Amino acid sequence: MNFARYLRVYAALWRNSVTREMIFKSNFLLWIVVELLWFGLQLSFIGVLYLHTDHIGTWTKWQVVMLVGASHFIQQLFQAFFLINCTNLSELVRTGKLDFLLLLPVNTRFVVSLRQVDLGAFVNASSAVVVMAYAARQMHFVPGVLQVLGFLALCLAGITIHYSLMFVLATVSFWTVRAQGIVWGYYNLFQVARMPDEAFEGVFKAVFTFAIPMLLVSNVPVRLLAGKLASGAGIVELLVMSLVCFSLSEWAWRASLRRYTSASS
Amino acid sequence: MKKYWHVINIGIQNNLTYRFNFLARALFGLIPLLAVLSVWRTIYSGKAAGAEVGTYTLAEMISYYLLVTVVDAFTAVNDDDWQIAADIKDGNISQFLLKPIDYLWYRLCLFLSGRLGYLAVAAVPLGLFIACLHRYMVAPPNSVALALFLFSMGMTALLQFFMSYAMAMLAFWVLEVSTFIFILFAFEYLASGHLFPLDILPRPLAQALYFTPFPYQLYFPVSIYMGKTAPAELWRGLLLQGFWVAAGYGIARLAWRQGIKKYSAVGG
Repeated sequence: MNFARYLRVYAALWRNSVTREMIFKSNFLLWIVVELLWFGLQLSFIGVLYLHTDHIGTWTKWQVVMLVGASHFIQQLFQAFFLINCTNLSELVRTGKLDFLLLLPVNTRFVVSLRQVDLGAFVNASSAVVVMAYAARQMHFVPGVLQVLGFLALCLAGITIHYSLMFVLATVSFWTVRAQGIVWGYYNLFQVARMPDEAFEGVFKAVFTFAIPMLLVSNVPVRLLAGKLASGAGIVELLVMSLVCFSLSEWAWRASLRRYTSASS
Repeated sequence: MKKYWHVINIGIQNNLTYRFNFLARALFGLIPLLAVLSVWRTIYSGKAAGAEVGTYTLAEMISYYLLVTVVDAFTAVNDDDWQIAADIKDGNISQFLLKPIDYLWYRLCLFLSGRLGYLAVAAVPLGLFIACLHRYMVAPPNSVALALFLFSMGMTALLQFFMSYAMAMLAFWVLEVSTFIFILFAFEYLASGHLFPLDILPRPLAQALYFTPFPYQLYFPVSIYMGKTAPAELWRGLLLQGFWVAAGYGIARLAWRQGIKKYSAVGG
C-alpha cells in the first residue's frame, strides 16, 4: 500500500466529482435546499416537543438541538464520502461494471467506497455546525479545545459505523441483485441516531447499542462535547463498536466478492 | 369501465412481485415509530401521572402515531409520482395519447392496486405491532366517527394521489423532478401531522394550517377517529377536504393539458 499513490488517486476522483457536480448546477443547489428543509424539520420537531416539556430524561432543549445538529453533521459527512458509492454498488453488480473496478491496480474496496464525492453534503454539514454553535451559545457554554478534538474523533468513529453498516447492506446486492430498498431502510436508522439515548430502555436500547449501534453514533460525541458523560464507558463502547462494525464489513465484502460472477459481459 | 378493472388486476400482480420490498419497508418503518413512541413515553414519565400534552394523554398520543401509520399505509403514494415523471420523461405516455384510456384514471387504478398490494403484505407486521400496544389503543367515540373516519381516509387517498400526480406533471417542464418532490414531501411531513399531532401546536398556527391542503393528507381523518374534532370543525374540515380534493383534481388535469402542449415525446 503506497499512501502517496492512493492520495493522488483520491485527488483525481475528487476532481472528477467536482466536474460532474458542476454540470448540473441548479440541481446541485436544489439538493442543498432539500437537505436544509429536512434539517429544519427535525429541529422544529424538537421545538414542538419542548413546548410541552423541559427535559427528556436529563436532556435539555439545547442539548437535544446540539444532538440533532451533531447527528446531521455525522450523517452529512458520511453522505459526502460514502453514501452514493454504497448505493451504487448494487448497480455495479447488476450491470457487471464491477469488472472494470476489479481490474484497476488499486484496492477494490477503496475505489468502490470512495469513487464519488457528494459536495453538497459538505455545505449541509456546515449548516449543522452553525446549529451546534448556536445551541452552545444558548447554553452559555464554550467547549475546550480538547473537548472539540475528542468530539471530532468520536464523530469519525460514528461515520465509520454508518459507513460499515451501509456497506454491509450494500453487499447484500451480491446475493439478491436488486437492493434499492436499502437506502430507504437505512434512513430509518438515522432517525434513531438523533434521539436522546435516555428515551430508550430494555431490548430496544440493547439492540440499538450493541447490534446496530445507532444510539452511540451521535449521543456519545455530544455527551463528551456538552460535558454530559457520566463515565468513559460510552466512549469505549463507541470505539469498540466502530471497530467491530468495520471488521464485519470487511468480512462481508470478502465473502460477497467471492460470489461475484459478473454479468452481461 | 372494464378496462380499468384489468389495470387494477395487472397492477396488483405487478405489485405483489415486490412483496419482499413492501415487507422490508413496513418492518423498517416500525423502527423510527418505536423511537418516537419511546421519546413520548419518556416525556410523559417526567410529568405527573395522567398529565396531558395539549389534549393528549399518553395512551392517546401513542394511538395517534399508530393511527397515522395505519392511515399512511392505506393512503400514501409509494413511488407513483416517480413513475409518472419517468413515463413523461421517457416518452412512455405517447401510447396513452393514442389509446382509448385516460392516463389519470389509469394511474389512479395503479395507485389503488399499489395500496392493496402494500396492505396485503404490511397488514401482518403492522397488525402485530398494534396488537402488542393494544392497551394504549383508544376506540373511536361512536360509530358515526368511525364511518366519517373511513370516508375521510378515502378522501385523503384521493388527495394524496392528485397532489402527487400534479407534482409529477412538472416533468413536462424540468428534467429532474425529484428535488421538487422532496421539497413538497418535507412540507407534507411536517404540516400533515406525520411528526406530531397538529393540535399540540400553538393555536393560531394550527388554525392557519387547517386552511392548507396538508392536514387533510393525514391528520384530519386521524383526529376524527380520536374524537378530537368538535362537530362544527368537523363539517368545516370535511368541506375543506372536499375542496382540496377537487382542487387537486383540477390542477392535475390542467397541468396535464398544458404539459401535453409542450410534450415532444422524447425517446417514445
